[in-house]
Amino acid sequence: MRPLWVVASITFREAARKKILWTALIVGVGFLIVFAAGLYYQMADFRTSGVPPFLRYQILSAMLMVGLYTVDLLAVVMTILTSVDTISGEIASGTIQAIATKPIARWHVLIGKWAGFVAMLAIYVAGMFGGTLAVGYWLGGVALQNPLRGGLLVYLECLVALTATFLMGTWFSTLTNGVIVLGLHGLAFLGGWLEQMSGFAQGSGLVTLGVVSSLIMPTEAVWRRAAFLIQPPLAGALQFTPFANISVPSGAMVGYSGFYLLALLAAAIYHFQRRDL
Amino acid sequence: MSLSVSRGEIFGFLGPNGAGKSTSIKMLLGLVSPSGGEAYVLGAPAGDVKIRRKVGFLPEDFRFYQWLTATELLEFHGRLCGMDAGRLRERVPYLVDLVGLAPHRGKRLQSFSKGMLQRIGLAQALVHDPEVIFLDEPTSGLDPMGRRLVRDIIRAQRDRGATVFLNSHILSEIEITCDQVAFIRDGEVVTTRDLRRWHEEKVRVRVRARKLSPQIVAGLAQWATCNPVDGESLTLTAASREALPEILGYLVQSGSAPFEFTPQRISLEDLFMEIVGEDRGL
Repeated sequence: MRPLWVVASITFREAARKKILWTALIVGVGFLIVFAAGLYYQMADFRTSGVPPFLRYQILSAMLMVGLYTVDLLAVVMTILTSVDTISGEIASGTIQAIATKPIARWHVLIGKWAGFVAMLAIYVAGMFGGTLAVGYWLGGVALQNPLRGGLLVYLECLVALTATFLMGTWFSTLTNGVIVLGLHGLAFLGGWLEQMSGFAQGSGLVTLGVVSSLIMPTEAVWRRAAFLIQPPLAGALQFTPFANISVPSGAMVGYSGFYLLALLAAAIYHFQRRDL
Repeated sequence: MSLSVSRGEIFGFLGPNGAGKSTSIKMLLGLVSPSGGEAYVLGAPAGDVKIRRKVGFLPEDFRFYQWLTATELLEFHGRLCGMDAGRLRERVPYLVDLVGLAPHRGKRLQSFSKGMLQRIGLAQALVHDPEVIFLDEPTSGLDPMGRRLVRDIIRAQRDRGATVFLNSHILSEIEITCDQVAFIRDGEVVTTRDLRRWHEEKVRVRVRARKLSPQIVAGLAQWATCNPVDGESLTLTAASREALPEILGYLVQSGSAPFEFTPQRISLEDLFMEIVGEDRGL
């Protein structure tokens, strides 16, 4: 376990020294400030417009869902951008050579770096997701249901994106890796919305396309499951919101995402162990 | 390619660009998989994880985490080698001092010159006191003082019993540092030479004499091969230094009236050109 810890801690330290952690923190705090300002002004409008309390709550819930959706998107993109150079960049520069010739297995290098990012993402997602929920509760009095399960699903989504980035990093250059993983997430995003649209159109073709997209890259499906769990039941039932419970990914999709993550990790280890450095 | 290196010697690996020197080292370290054949380091298959505890490596074009300080870099590599904090506290300052970077121990590598990176890279390769040290172009970015320092460190490693596998383009460095060299071309070992003895094998002599007739030159063939005579000058290559008194005696007795007889050292560069051949282009 010691080599894993050594590599994980240097990965964490790298993020801190290269100001990646601090930049992400500043961006996160900036987001929370803007979100808090939005809620503040909304509350001020409510006080002057006389909107009924019931409707107020639904609007504030929707705002909070939009905020969490933004957090989710930020977290996935940050995950990809911060980790995209980790494996491929060190292979291209030759930095990996002096490390991989030390008395540690190659999988220690890969898993150590992965674990470093897993720890950083835990802090990031907890801070951003928890911060947004806290702002929503503090300023708007909105308490969403299942916040822990929702946060864990967003974290799972980031881990899937992270592991896909690591796998592609063992194959491709940094730029190609970024293009592929962001493209895959874009596909998942599109697939998720197509599936959502299928609820209005009752089109089996759209459902199939959405499901296939989610199977190829399940990130967006995991978010939609999280959205289903955390938003108030009434808001979910209203079909005009983007997170309406029209086509909700099942618990099996979450299980599939976990399996998908492990399969990607195993493939990354397998390929990294065998490739020339 | 068939090659063996004895323990406790400095072994030089020579060859033109693209001959396979770095690839061979990478195969011995497990960075690159061989397409066939077998290789062993300290009796274990090449790339064996446990045996790497006894192996140090300085890659060509040493790249590192530029955001680490010199001390942090050595501590990181020491920890990867399983060294505990107590041993690192002793070893790291010693190594930083050994490679002449003591005043820069707390500086980040991003402020280091190429030569300084080369030095800290060498320290990194030695951090765990390895038994076998692979150095790929260790002096390519160094000034003359740096080269001498690295040369002294390499010799000190040999003297403590370590084996040093040295890959370099700087033939003069190889010549004065290595005990044995292998010349490779197109991924094959052309020949190996023991540099501790190769000066005894052949010697080149510059001769100047008043009367170098074709008959006199033909008579030298029993001891040496001769280049064509150029006026009063002749360059010959004798099979060994032992033959020189006889050659000089012959030149005097044959009436050639020699007035210069200068044995010349055959440089490793000459030997390299002779064995590996001229540049045939890439």
